[in-house]
Amino acid sequence: MLFERLDFALHAGEMLQIAGPNGSGKTSLLRLLAGLMQPTEGEIRLAGKPLAEQRGELTRNLLWVGHAAGIKGLLSPEENLAWLCALHTPESREAIWRALEAVGLRGFEDVPCHTLSAGQQRRVALARLYLDAPPLWVLDEPFTALDKHGVAQLEEHLARHCEQGGMVVLTTHHSLTRKPAGYRELDLAQAGSTADE
Amino acid sequence: MSNVFTQLLSREARLLFRRPAELLNPLVFFAIVVALFPLAVGPESKLLETLSPGLVWVAALLAVLLSLDGLFRSDFEDGSLEQWVLSPHPLPLLVLAKVLAHWLFSGLALVLLAPLLALMLGLPARCLPVLLLSLLLGTPILSLLGAVGAALTVGLKRGGLLLALLILPLYIPVLILGSGALQAALQGLPAVGQLLWLASLTALAVTLTPFAIAAGLTISVGE
Amino acid sequence: MNWTWFHKLGSPKWFYDISGRWLPWLSLAAALLIGVGTVWGLAFAPPDYQQGNSFRIIYIHVPAAILAQSCYVMLAVAGVVGLVWKMKLADVALQCAAPIGAWMTFVALLTGAVWGKPTWGAWWVWDARLTAMLILLFLYFGVIALGQSISNRDSAAKACAVLAIVGVINIPIIKYSVDWWNTLHQPATFKITEKPAMPAEMWVPLLIMVLGFYCFFAVSLLLRMRLEVLKRESRASWVKAEVERSL
Repeated sequence: MLFERLDFALHAGEMLQIAGPNGSGKTSLLRLLAGLMQPTEGEIRLAGKPLAEQRGELTRNLLWVGHAAGIKGLLSPEENLAWLCALHTPESREAIWRALEAVGLRGFEDVPCHTLSAGQQRRVALARLYLDAPPLWVLDEPFTALDKHGVAQLEEHLARHCEQGGMVVLTTHHSLTRKPAGYRELDLAQAGSTADE
Repeated sequence: MSNVFTQLLSREARLLFRRPAELLNPLVFFAIVVALFPLAVGPESKLLETLSPGLVWVAALLAVLLSLDGLFRSDFEDGSLEQWVLSPHPLPLLVLAKVLAHWLFSGLALVLLAPLLALMLGLPARCLPVLLLSLLLGTPILSLLGAVGAALTVGLKRGGLLLALLILPLYIPVLILGSGALQAALQGLPAVGQLLWLASLTALAVTLTPFAIAAGLTISVGE
Repeated sequence: MNWTWFHKLGSPKWFYDISGRWLPWLSLAAALLIGVGTVWGLAFAPPDYQQGNSFRIIYIHVPAAILAQSCYVMLAVAGVVGLVWKMKLADVALQCAAPIGAWMTFVALLTGAVWGKPTWGAWWVWDARLTAMLILLFLYFGVIALGQSISNRDSAAKACAVLAIVGVINIPIIKYSVDWWNTLHQPATFKITEKPAMPAEMWVPLLIMVLGFYCFFAVSLLLRMRLEVLKRESRASWVKAEVERSL
């Protein structure tokens, strides 16, 4: 059992940072929220109704970028993004190029992703946030492998998304410098939630 | 809906053609296994001719099984499957497209290689249409059933042997019907009955297995 | 219709209590039925006019074979219940029943082989029934192997449930195709159970044995399930109390 006595709610315009030491269940909590895992006990609600009963609603409103972000090394950034968008709403080639430019990958649109550095591959995944994205973003360690400039840019982008009424749940060890008004932190270690009993 | 289907097909095609070894390895395996039998039972052509229906089918079945072990593995490891599960599109449809793409390239190549190997085993040329038809109808069932096993074992470190253990018993009806059709053709009997049975099993597999594959993937991703 | 009993099944404690009450009666029934059936079948039933006394192995072989098949169907039913109603107890039942079913299949195969020696003159003949039984054994092995190789208990149960359901849909197809294969490749052989008009002195003990085997199956399944429930609920207070009481 990873956590007990955990109770929180997230509203439009809020950003929730989940903190805690390694192994405290940050990723598991995110996977529960995204509906990838089912809780053994307890309940997760979306707009007041149990999550398990409204998968359609969830999948239409959720953008999940996991630790492994679904980027294929054999495909180019453009092909990768085109496919990831097609899973939700198809995007035009121009929109994808603009998103890639926004994350600083101009000129890398059509090289295979496995030739890119770890930070650049992460940027490919994060370029989805610059396309016409659903309102709820659940991001697992989005800052990994990004350089200083990339981190600052992403922080700004996440904060702006919240200020425009979106929602962000993320895990990161790094303390954010640009926080939106609706920022909150949930520390799994302090919540006493990792204890076995 | 149809857009995501064609997108998926083209994505799979790109991935397969950028790593052609994955396409070729099952074919080479198929050829090697077929070559093993004459070495094991002797080169006597009469014996090989009687055995050839079974040999070709067993080798094809093993080659399909081998090619399926990696069907979902890379998608599982790089997180693509999570995105599939969280897509608003129905997962059974996505996996059906995935398996169809895999069959179109790897299964179809196997079907086209089979006549050559069958002729080497001494199968008379008049049996080739039945061989082609039986494989054409049978290999999609093998791919779909195998994909169920691949979906259930994708999260495991050494899933390959387990996959064979789970799936080979389920392959038995296809093996019986496929090699039976060929045997009938070899003896100059009509093989229509077996082929029709294979066709109906294909229809059944296309309808039902995508749901089992999708359930298997959801379980593996949620682990 | 009142469905509370069905939902009560979801509670491990309720299951543990009620199964504890049933166990003595089921064990008694199993012992009585198997005892009576064995003595009647081996000592009092008339010998077969063709096979003499060697046919008496039917009193083990047929009940084991019937049980092996219905146990697999039970796996699939438990799988559906576990997947649809998310009932933990169904998962427990599925994983506890699989090894018993595999053993029963093995017993049926073994007695089939022993019976085959005097009847066909060979330990193993590719008879349709025996072959189908062998495939069933492989299906059981698949479920057991899958359950053991997935470390997460919930995922293992769900994966086994999916496999059991796929398997149970396949069983009729496998059975039919094996029958068909067999008639094509062999002249009609002696059929084990489809003997026309078995006299009552022969089939009544057989029926008793079948019932006895079912009771035995229920007893061993409940014993295994109770142990598994205790293991899974080892942190619950009622389990601690139960263990203290029995120490």
